[in-house]
Amino acid sequence: MADEKLTQIYIMGKAYDVPVGVTIMDAMEYAGYRFIRGAGCRSGFCGACGTVYRKAGEYRLEFVLACQEMVEEGMHLTQLPFTPAPRSDYTLAELDPSENVLLQHYPEIARCVSCNTCTKACPQEIEVMDYIQAALRGDVAKVAELSFDCIACGLCAMRCPADIKHYHVGQMGRRLHGVADLATPEHLTARIAQLDGGAFDGEMETLASASLADLKAKYAERVIEKVQEPEVATEEVAT
Amino acid sequence: MARTKTIPRENLRERVEELSGERVFACYQCGMCSSGCPYAEQMDRLPSQVIRDLQLDDETLLDSNAMWVCASCLACEVRCPKGVDLAKLMEALRQIHLRKALDRVSLDDLSKDEIKKLPQIALVASLRKKSG
Amino acid sequence: MTKLAYFPGCSLKDNAKRFEDAAFFVMETLGAPLEELETWNCCGTVYSLADDDLMHHIASVRNFIRTKEAGSEELVTLCAMCYNTLARVAGRVEAHADELEKINAFMDREEDYEGGIRIRHILQVLRDTIGWEALSETVVRPLDNLKIAAYYGCTLVRPQETGIDDMERPVVMADALAAVGAEPVTFPFEAECCGTYQIVDEPHLALEQSNRILRSARLAGADVVVTACPLCQHNLEQALIAPVGESEEIKSIQVVYFTELLAAALGADEATMSPVVREILSTSVTAEGGA
Repeated sequence: MADEKLTQIYIMGKAYDVPVGVTIMDAMEYAGYRFIRGAGCRSGFCGACGTVYRKAGEYRLEFVLACQEMVEEGMHLTQLPFTPAPRSDYTLAELDPSENVLLQHYPEIARCVSCNTCTKACPQEIEVMDYIQAALRGDVAKVAELSFDCIACGLCAMRCPADIKHYHVGQMGRRLHGVADLATPEHLTARIAQLDGGAFDGEMETLASASLADLKAKYAERVIEKVQEPEVATEEVAT
Repeated sequence: MARTKTIPRENLRERVEELSGERVFACYQCGMCSSGCPYAEQMDRLPSQVIRDLQLDDETLLDSNAMWVCASCLACEVRCPKGVDLAKLMEALRQIHLRKALDRVSLDDLSKDEIKKLPQIALVASLRKKSG
Repeated sequence: MTKLAYFPGCSLKDNAKRFEDAAFFVMETLGAPLEELETWNCCGTVYSLADDDLMHHIASVRNFIRTKEAGSEELVTLCAMCYNTLARVAGRVEAHADELEKINAFMDREEDYEGGIRIRHILQVLRDTIGWEALSETVVRPLDNLKIAAYYGCTLVRPQETGIDDMERPVVMADALAAVGAEPVTFPFEAECCGTYQIVDEPHLALEQSNRILRSARLAGADVVVTACPLCQHNLEQALIAPVGESEEIKSIQVVYFTELLAAALGADEATMSPVVREILSTSVTAEGGA
């Protein structure tokens, strides 16, 4: 630790020296922050660690995931881990996707002024404004396609001057598209039948009745799937 | 308790002229706008009275329904012999409310069935004209 | 003929699909097919009238950028409200370089708009590029014996700078229908407001106004009112469903998009037509052996 190279960042206005080359999330923990909320998978998938930062000397605010973005000298940042946006209640089977369902459930999409601020705020680089516009005109398939990579961090909704809840609209669009336009995958049907038939009940009961010590031991022994290395020759990459 | 929303009432003429880019003293009260307005009978002040009230800096104009009944159809604008764009004055009066988040239309009041029936342009236009 | 870059607008993909479907058929038949912009966004439907409000013009400007990207200098619309908003914004930023600069600065990392896009309503294309004679020559099912009232509403004719025709006595839509055999009637409410977005929260304003329009058209002898705007169409239809006051006269009148009747005259398959158009054809046109 002693010979570690440090850099200065500002978390909610207070200066901290943190190691060079770590993520914002690691830097915050290094600085003494303990995450009760605002951290989840730590792999860029769960959307729990939405963060806003500004680099020294720049006017723009940037929108990222704390677990994915590396700290930089002079960065000012704060977390925006949760957006208090309401989600509409619906039962998918009762909806007719040929009607303007998204507009009925999220009528504020009609307030979109096409400022594109949502798109600029998206850490997933989704064309957010375009899928909101597709939602307005009832193009559910396009909403599903464009919003596919959404992890519901909520930063779009936080930035929207029209109070649109983009990520909920996208999710509803994907669900409607799945129900109306896509075939049910066979493996999913098979797995649901397995679940309904109680194939995993015993295992669940074992886990539910296990002691904390047993659970910890099981967690430590768990088998983690190895990520396949891409089959690219290293020489090729180097040249 | 929620913050009380109020609109600034002073210097009404000046603010309306600034928002609209129109000059209300250009109007000589011929009444052409009121006679051709399809909604004049629904307004508690006639279109020509709206301009007169602006000339007199009458802040009670802000409580009139005229600006909300006006649909920017421009029947007045194309016929005004003095080239005053009354629709822009009405928009300025609406904007004075909407910029303080005093919305005339709330999405919370619209049912799903009502929205289902409406073409998108009705909803988008209504929200642009009556919500801030 | 080259394809025309086309901006649909949101309602034409939903409630007003038949307006668009018929227009596609008409323009295809006339050899000037419409090609929808690959990406587009809602124009905003109403042109913002506050002098300092540039934010609401951005939506239109984005569509101009996308028109340029599609390799066109012209953008054709069907919806009268889209036409009005896009055309007014195009004129505004053309005349005010400083405002365009602000809009471009706001869009920041995105492509700048340099001006130069011309907005045209499809009626202008039919009149000025194709011509009534050429339209006439393609008719296979003349709309003889059909008395139509062309209802223009506001946004096609006002303000004067963007109006596509005389603002007090427009004729362009009537001429289009006359070219395919129909008999236009004139009526005093042809360019009066239908009540527009007031249908959302003050429906009585829109219904009374639409009722007046329909009654006026009927008294002038029209069987059918034709529209060029999904909101006019909606309000007039609502006035038929829920009439207010004395409205015996309007019960026998029908309301359709002008493109629907043009498509019928140009030989569209009956299966593609809306039930109202089929009914109009069966009662007035085909009864006389027009098809």
